[in-house]
Amino acid sequence: MGAKATRDSFGEAVRDLGKENPAIVVLDADLSVSTKSVTFAKSFPDRFFQMGIAEANMIGTAAGMAFSGLIPFCCSFGCFLTGKYETIRVSVGYSKANVKLVGTHAGLGIGEDGYTQMGLEDMNLMRGLPGMTVINPSDDKTTRAAVRFAVEHQGPVYLRLTRQKLPDLHASESVFKVGKGIVLKKGAKLALIGTGGTVAEALQASENLADRNPWVIDIHTVKPIDKDLLKTLAHECTHIVTVEDHNIIGGLGSAVAEVLSETGFQGKLLRLGVQDTYGESGLPDELFEKYGFSAHQIAQKVNDWC
Amino acid sequence: MLEKAQSGHPGGSLSAIDLITALFFHEMQMDPTDAAWEDRDRFVLSKGHGVPALYTVLSQRGVLPESELSTLRRINSRLQGHPDRVLFPFVEASTGSLGQGLSIAQGIALALKLQKKTARVFCLMGDGETQEGQIWETAMSAPKYKLNNLVALLDNNNGQIDGHVTEVMDLEPIAEKWRAFNWAVHKINGHSFSEIISALEKARTEKDRPTLILAKTVKGKGVSFMEDKIGWHGVAPTAEELKKALEELKGEKS
Repeated sequence: MGAKATRDSFGEAVRDLGKENPAIVVLDADLSVSTKSVTFAKSFPDRFFQMGIAEANMIGTAAGMAFSGLIPFCCSFGCFLTGKYETIRVSVGYSKANVKLVGTHAGLGIGEDGYTQMGLEDMNLMRGLPGMTVINPSDDKTTRAAVRFAVEHQGPVYLRLTRQKLPDLHASESVFKVGKGIVLKKGAKLALIGTGGTVAEALQASENLADRNPWVIDIHTVKPIDKDLLKTLAHECTHIVTVEDHNIIGGLGSAVAEVLSETGFQGKLLRLGVQDTYGESGLPDELFEKYGFSAHQIAQKVNDWC
Repeated sequence: MLEKAQSGHPGGSLSAIDLITALFFHEMQMDPTDAAWEDRDRFVLSKGHGVPALYTVLSQRGVLPESELSTLRRINSRLQGHPDRVLFPFVEASTGSLGQGLSIAQGIALALKLQKKTARVFCLMGDGETQEGQIWETAMSAPKYKLNNLVALLDNNNGQIDGHVTEVMDLEPIAEKWRAFNWAVHKINGHSFSEIISALEKARTEKDRPTLILAKTVKGKGVSFMEDKIGWHGVAPTAEELKKALEELKGEKS
């Protein structure tokens, strides 16, 4: 099984799609080597715009480009990009600008750099904007499919990507359908739902929870979330666990809770992720363990819980 | 319009209306029947609160009927209190959260260059608005990209909600700042059509840099009891005040 950082998959995908579609342009704010937009820049220097360390101006510029028929991908770390919320809110969201926001270095998975560089509230912020599609893919294939979707979709998209390598989980790009969760394992009364970098952890945890025969679900699209699949789980399961490399407020756990509470779910929900605290420096594996959503911690917490 | 709505920003609309009039009646190529004509010149009103002036000029230009102006700020109207490009595409950009319009104008200008189009982009900013940091990010980036198809106009009426700009957060020396960022800068009287047109003509001759037209204006221009009165930033006139104001404005024009 191969492994790849989803930022790498993005860089290659946007370059490949750039060959087919001359309307694609890419902007970066002095992080192109890290976000991997540099892969596009090398192939299409005339369609790459280095905007310097000035994210708000980059986002507004991308909106103007979108109004003129281009398809701009605007790249930075997720925290820096979504931190320019007011510009995204008006110039992109309210304006229905066809801008693709690419936030890399999602979550604790960035590791040693520590909290200031970690996107831990980005899904919350982006989910709060009407019309924004929020995608947090879990591997190479689904990231490539998500980039293709972003190009074809008319409207703003937030694509959340990881610095760390993630194992291949999906056989082909065709398993990705925006707004539709992917059932990796069909199970019984327990469901483990991951997104982005935590899907592999949930899948691994399911091996240690085999006697409970858990469902394992990849919710790559956090908004609009797959209500049909969640309703099915609400009907089938007594215990549902969400796992995210993000604050448990406003991200996957909240989105799932919103749907479950409207479906009359009678069971229990456990939200794993960063428990409304800030992050810190460390190796990604160490941080996942400490903050309670490594595969080992997921299995242990579920066993303690039910 | 504002009297009917009983809210809005008369001061900053009157200071900007001569600049907007010169653009739409002299400088810009547009089709009043087609907001999406791809070769049109673009106008971005970064100081979104001045939109009554823009709606008025667009009405005079044949984009919307004058009778519609009375729907300003009313429920279900496409004439929102601040410009909304989704409801009313002729305004080009949704603004009102200050500091964002110049970035959008820059993005349009970059796209036009990439698409090898000769259309140009005009962006009107308020002076208080340029206290926003995002403006200076664009001030840096537009010269880097040699955007000679971008013309920013700065409505220097020296008024903002909490007082005179020079007191709230002084911007001087304005011209020197923009020159230092490598913009072509022209200081003019923003109520003199000959000076406005002359500055716009100079902007056309730029080969590799954007232009800033620093227009000295008077907030509430043409209405004696509004001129340079900070209190008239965001207050609508009563019926009686409107009558007096219109008499003065008509008298000045005749």
